[in-house]
Amino acid sequence: MPIKLSVRNVFKVFGRKTNAALELLAQGRSKEEILKATGATVGVQDASFDVGEGEIFVVMGLSGSGKSTLVRMLNGLIAPTSGSILIDGDDVASCGRRRLREIRREKIAMVFQHFALFPHWTVAENAAYGLRVKGVQAPERRERALKALDQVGLRAWAESLPSELSGGMQQRVGLARGLATGPEVLLMDEPFGALDPLIRREMQDELLALQKTLRKTIIFITHDLNEALLLGDKIAIMKDGRFVQVGTAQEIVSNPADDYVAAFVADIDRGRVFTAEDVSNDPAAVRLGTDNAEDAMRTMEDLNRNALYVVDDKDNIAGVVTYQDLAAATLDEEAPNPVLEEALITEYPTAAADDQLNALYGAASGGLPIAVTDERDRLVGVVEPEAVFAQLSGDEEEAGEEAPDAATPTETADSPGKERAHA
Amino acid sequence: MLSPGDLLVIPFDDWVNDFVRGWLVPNFRPAFRAAQVPITLVLNGLDDFFNALPMLLTTGVFALAAWKWAGRSMAIFTLIGFAFIDMIGLWPQTMTTLAMIITSVLFCAVIGIPAGIVAARSDMVWKVLRPVLDIMQTIPSFVYLVPIVMLFGVGMAPGIIATIIFALPPIVRLTNLGIRNVRGDLIEAAQAFGSTGWQMLVDLQIPLAMRTIMAGLNQTLMLALSMVVIAALIGAGGLGLVVNTGLGRLDVGGATAGGVGIVILAIVLDRITQGLGEQNQAETVSLRAVFLNLIRLRGSHRPTGEIRKAG
Ligand SMILES: Nc1ncnc2c1ncn2[C@@H]1O[C@H](COP(=O)(O)OP(=O)(O)O)[C@@H](O)[C@H]1O
Ligand SMILES: [Mg+2]
Repeated sequence: MPIKLSVRNVFKVFGRKTNAALELLAQGRSKEEILKATGATVGVQDASFDVGEGEIFVVMGLSGSGKSTLVRMLNGLIAPTSGSILIDGDDVASCGRRRLREIRREKIAMVFQHFALFPHWTVAENAAYGLRVKGVQAPERRERALKALDQVGLRAWAESLPSELSGGMQQRVGLARGLATGPEVLLMDEPFGALDPLIRREMQDELLALQKTLRKTIIFITHDLNEALLLGDKIAIMKDGRFVQVGTAQEIVSNPADDYVAAFVADIDRGRVFTAEDVSNDPAAVRLGTDNAEDAMRTMEDLNRNALYVVDDKDNIAGVVTYQDLAAATLDEEAPNPVLEEALITEYPTAAADDQLNALYGAASGGLPIAVTDERDRLVGVVEPEAVFAQLSGDEEEAGEEAPDAATPTETADSPGKERAHA
Repeated sequence: MLSPGDLLVIPFDDWVNDFVRGWLVPNFRPAFRAAQVPITLVLNGLDDFFNALPMLLTTGVFALAAWKWAGRSMAIFTLIGFAFIDMIGLWPQTMTTLAMIITSVLFCAVIGIPAGIVAARSDMVWKVLRPVLDIMQTIPSFVYLVPIVMLFGVGMAPGIIATIIFALPPIVRLTNLGIRNVRGDLIEAAQAFGSTGWQMLVDLQIPLAMRTIMAGLNQTLMLALSMVVIAALIGAGGLGLVVNTGLGRLDVGGATAGGVGIVILAIVLDRITQGLGEQNQAETVSLRAVFLNLIRLRGSHRPTGEIRKAG
């Protein structure tokens, strides 16, 4: 993935004695000490990170931790005290006003916490704002604005005034305004922070859905760790202007860098962070016709499982067999070595690899392992119900035990699939 | 009793005399004379225009404007009030006063709105401008009548200049206020999309400040009206002159008639401009819409033309 945005050693100190403040920072003094000594406020200290093209980079932190300052430096609304901010190799921090204006017009758009829609313009005119600034002629402007409104489902409201819309809808207009110019980078400063929880969830899902097709490079600011974990391909946790940890959702949840992060992680919704893929195992499926009941039972004993999936000769899932049923069938005197069909359960739970664990909760309660299938309905893994519950309850030990297991299937689950495809 | 005045006498009045008579007047009189040319031009044009218009047509236009922006009862008041002015024989003087007011307000807007915009965009400029406006508003207008006469002479234009000085502060203040009060995140949004300062001004700041600017314009208009009598002291005509003449001759009737004329004109102009401003508020109207309104006002000449025929 090519790097779109590269931030290096960026500092922002508000106030007069910036040099003195930077010196004290270098000596390792805290934000409060520096404020007391120099009267200068440290907004951001020594931020360095890269964001790849099409990636969502989330910056999470409490109020006052410097998130807004950081994101405003990315499009030059705030000039950094030192450091460089490269967008496609252009340094926003030092490129001059003209070039900066060009970058803002062509490359980088912004969505604001309180929407910042222009109250005297209609929704369509608002969505067209970036194009108007660029000097696009009215008819084309309108057409492209309507297209952007279409993307956020608000075309019908084009002629309304922003004040006639609900908060969620206003922010969609804000998003449409950001998308209309076709920028490569989207800066979003707590865009859903002012919305009701239900609407916020809806908007998060919608953003993810949009992102699947748009593939923008997004810098997303939030104070809500759940939101960060849900949206972020990579997440930076910020405190007092500093990054305390940068990593994927899973890395941050399973391995918090310090007590500060751990305190956040303690009350997150794990079911939204982890997906079926994170807890799935090698399918170790048995094959109709080839394998018999005894083979299946032996495999279950080896893997310490209670059930296995059964595939037919075309690799379609035929069903699932449990140790209990197979054992009962073998005990049947009349047919000492039964075929798998006799114990086959054909109603079984399935999930996609990127389904959130929350969504698997019901299926896991049924007791059967959940079949993880790919887009062509092929079996790529199985999720044991216990693994779901262990991960949801944050039981690190059990989840840890599953981890090495879960690491192998990605290799082994692939190879049989390929073999079979060739066969 | 000993007082500071016994120890030291400062000839402050002499200093001012020396400054104005000895330096300002001899050096700059031609420049000041030239400065009143545009004022005279606009004023004479408007004065001729209003005095050439038939009384019924003018009344009709004002009544319609009052109806549109201030309601029906205001329209009726306008009709009756203007008829009354005409019947007490002060119509021409009222039109002269109207021309003076419009000229003053026009120049106040032309000077004051840009000044307010500049002040809003620079704290430095505002820091300098603010005390100047304070002084303009607190000095009694009689104080600057004398230097104005010395620099500009007597007559209509000097009267207008005194009026402009007196009526200018509110429009500057309120333009500055309106633009500064535009929400910070909207300004930020405009910047984030790469707008230039000019684009931001035209797209965002002026439209959103329009209501406040209109309120300033209304205040300026009212101040200009209140200067009518004082301006007449240095040779401006119109209703102010009627009042002054009445005062001079202890002619209570004449002075009162002039005063009533001013009051009627003030009420009509105040309500119409207030209504215009409030309409901006209700519709959060853009600059374009304000211009459209003006065109619509001009469009309403036609029905009044018929009234004239009927009359
Ligand atoms: N314009 C400014 N002048 C002085 N201090 C500021 C300014 N903007 C932000 N700060 C300070 O910088 C710190 C970070 O603020 P901000 O970036 O707004 O945090 P967040 O967005 O995470 O709430 C805070 O301590 C804040 O008080
Ligand atoms: Mg913030």
